[in-house]
Amino acid sequence: MIKPTLRNYKRPVYITDYPTGPNCESGHLVDKNSGWRTFRPTINLDLCKGCLRCYLLCPDGVIFKSNSKVDVDYDFCKGCGICAHECKFKAITMTKEDKE
Amino acid sequence: MKSENRIRLNAQNISDNEYFFGHKACAGCAGSLAVRLALKVLGERTFTALPAGCMSAVGFIYPQMAFAINAMISTFPGTASLLSGMKAGLKKLGKEDVNIVGFAGDGGTADIGIQALSGAIDRRDRVIYICYDNEAYMNTGIQKSGLTPFGTKTTTTPAGKNIRGCLTHKKNMFEIVAAHDIEYAATASVGYPEDFMNKVQKAAEASTTSYIHVLAPCPTGWGTPTETAVEIAKDAVDCGLWFLAEYEEGEFKLNRVPKEFSSVKNYLFQQSRFKHLTEDDIIEIERFRDKKWDRMKSKWLNEK
Ligand SMILES: Cc1ncc(C[n+]2csc(CCOP(=O)(O)OP(=O)(O)O)c2C)c(N)n1
Ligand code: SF4
Ligand code: SF4
Ligand code: SF4
Ligand SMILES: [Mg+2]
Repeated sequence: MIKPTLRNYKRPVYITDYPTGPNCESGHLVDKNSGWRTFRPTINLDLCKGCLRCYLLCPDGVIFKSNSKVDVDYDFCKGCGICAHECKFKAITMTKEDKE
Repeated sequence: MKSENRIRLNAQNISDNEYFFGHKACAGCAGSLAVRLALKVLGERTFTALPAGCMSAVGFIYPQMAFAINAMISTFPGTASLLSGMKAGLKKLGKEDVNIVGFAGDGGTADIGIQALSGAIDRRDRVIYICYDNEAYMNTGIQKSGLTPFGTKTTTTPAGKNIRGCLTHKKNMFEIVAAHDIEYAATASVGYPEDFMNKVQKAAEASTTSYIHVLAPCPTGWGTPTETAVEIAKDAVDCGLWFLAEYEEGEFKLNRVPKEFSSVKNYLFQQSRFKHLTEDDIIEIERFRDKKWDRMKSKWLNEK
């Protein structure tokens, strides 16, 4: 499967460490999005019918197929709740993240 | 290829690959969903250009690169001219079995980019132009564009004592594009994702320019909860304020003709950008909708 992946990236310390030129490799990720999330989707696999509607509609593409059902890549889920709202079987619940 | 032998795309058979991933769009952004789905349809051998606007701002945050394909940022007015240039360059490199697609906002399409778009269609360049319409200049903080609907509160069309939001109706971009006698043009909504994906597939099969105008709600600019963008995009079609249509081989086609419209008021009042509207404003919005539908039905549903 083709999908951008998180790289090991050494953050520049001095201005001279910054590369010149505005381009970089396709799918070059250095940063997760999980810190944005205030609500966390949890899939109840007993209720999930594997219809893939949540997978289709996640704007971030973080729901993936798994054992004929679905799973979430929590590193990149922003917690928008579209998946839960659109699941016709109420198989996804959104719960508040406990963050210190 | 003709429609009869085409396999209809859906959640089950669409590619697992993610070509727009790790982007920084607001949670629940339908523009990013439109880009993601279109690229899943178009596949790995796709080159894309995006002008200044939300989707370039959230996709290219150096050194975070959310596109898994070759992607570049164009000038704000120059989406379509860059696409033409990319096509010429790729041709020179011997790469012709590729898709070249642009994703521009409503401002980047109906206002500042309209001339370049008109030129590309006129040259019949084989490129796909997708306008993701969030009905305002979102990336710069919600200013009115030519595609902002009547009554919308934006920072340049405030709702106050003198005016109640945007004074004009949406520019008829779909028919403006069709008037070029383009090979394929369509409207779509993320609320009907399968319809959108299949239109992208059709656009990719065109041998000259194609255009898709997809309604893509913006929770940040529309003042809606983050989980509702897909639902609202469907409501927009069901209440008749948006429509699903195609222009192909010189003919218009309505893909969906609601027997009865759902409530316009319900659609509008879910969104804080319309909260100030009066009963009279809603009557004006419905009047405009009915006039448009009467015209579309009488002109496009004829004979056959
Ligand atoms: C020539 C030029 N004028 C103005 C801008 C500033 N600008 C950048 S993005 C943007 C708004 C884009 O709106 P739209 O095309 O609707 O896309 P959205 O941000 O809503 O996705 C503006 C005005 C610019 N980059 N270049
Ligand atoms: S939408 Fe619901 S039922 Fe369908 S795959 Fe997702 S969680 Fe399962
Ligand atoms: S909460 Fe939003 S980002 Fe997270 S999996 Fe669901 S739809 Fe995707
Ligand atoms: S402002 Fe709107 S269009 Fe822009 S990224 Fe946020 S939700 Fe998407
Ligand atoms: Mg816009």
